[in-house]
Amino acid sequence: MSAVADKYQQLQDLGVEVFSASVDSHFVHKMWNDHELIKMVDGGIPFHMLSDQAGNIGRAYGVWDEAQGIELRGRFIIDPDGVIQAMEVLTPPVGRRIAETIRQVQAFQLVRASGGAEATPAGWMPGDIVLKPGPDLVGNVWKVWKPDMEK
Amino acid sequence: MADQPEGCARVTGAVLGDPSSEPAEPPATQEPVKEERMTARVGQKAPDFNAPAYYKGSFTNVQLSDYFGKWILLCFYPGDFTFV
Repeated sequence: MSAVADKYQQLQDLGVEVFSASVDSHFVHKMWNDHELIKMVDGGIPFHMLSDQAGNIGRAYGVWDEAQGIELRGRFIIDPDGVIQAMEVLTPPVGRRIAETIRQVQAFQLVRASGGAEATPAGWMPGDIVLKPGPDLVGNVWKVWKPDMEK
Repeated sequence: MADQPEGCARVTGAVLGDPSSEPAEPPATQEPVKEERMTARVGQKAPDFNAPAYYKGSFTNVQLSDYFGKWILLCFYPGDFTFV
């Protein structure tokens, strides 16, 4: 979670509110923050650390692991209408890449701002060309976008 | 944000509007209970919930829908004091 905390200001600048959740109590969250995370992030974790000891929320989001009694590494991007736009679920040993989450937020924000008129091709980064789906683009994507444009 | 009074009860998150995470009443009949749960999917409304939280030195409560209107990043992870 310290990786997300480290990019918290950038997420705030994009208008994103962050929540972390696990099956630990909020008391344990405090201890983890005070004794370890604060040594990795100046000032400690800046967002709400949610407690879901019974796994109720994890079940609703499909990340509850019954056998282990834990929540899998699930990451959800929710838009201002409360609609889930993206989800990524990893098993515990591999961490996420926060830069990819931020890229996806920027892409979804661009699509939303265009009212759905624009779409971002594979590998899109802010500033790259966007696609404007419509009759003229059918069969012509090759003219404006090629796989080697993905950096 | 003010601290909330803390008891010794084991508090947990609860999904709102989902009967399966609310206290169940004993079934009146012997009919099998149909398992119906909200499941998160892209393009669908995010399941709303209420959960106790630690936030910058305080204990508080979060209802997800209070934050609708903003973009939200919700990250689950296996546990505090784990290694990744």
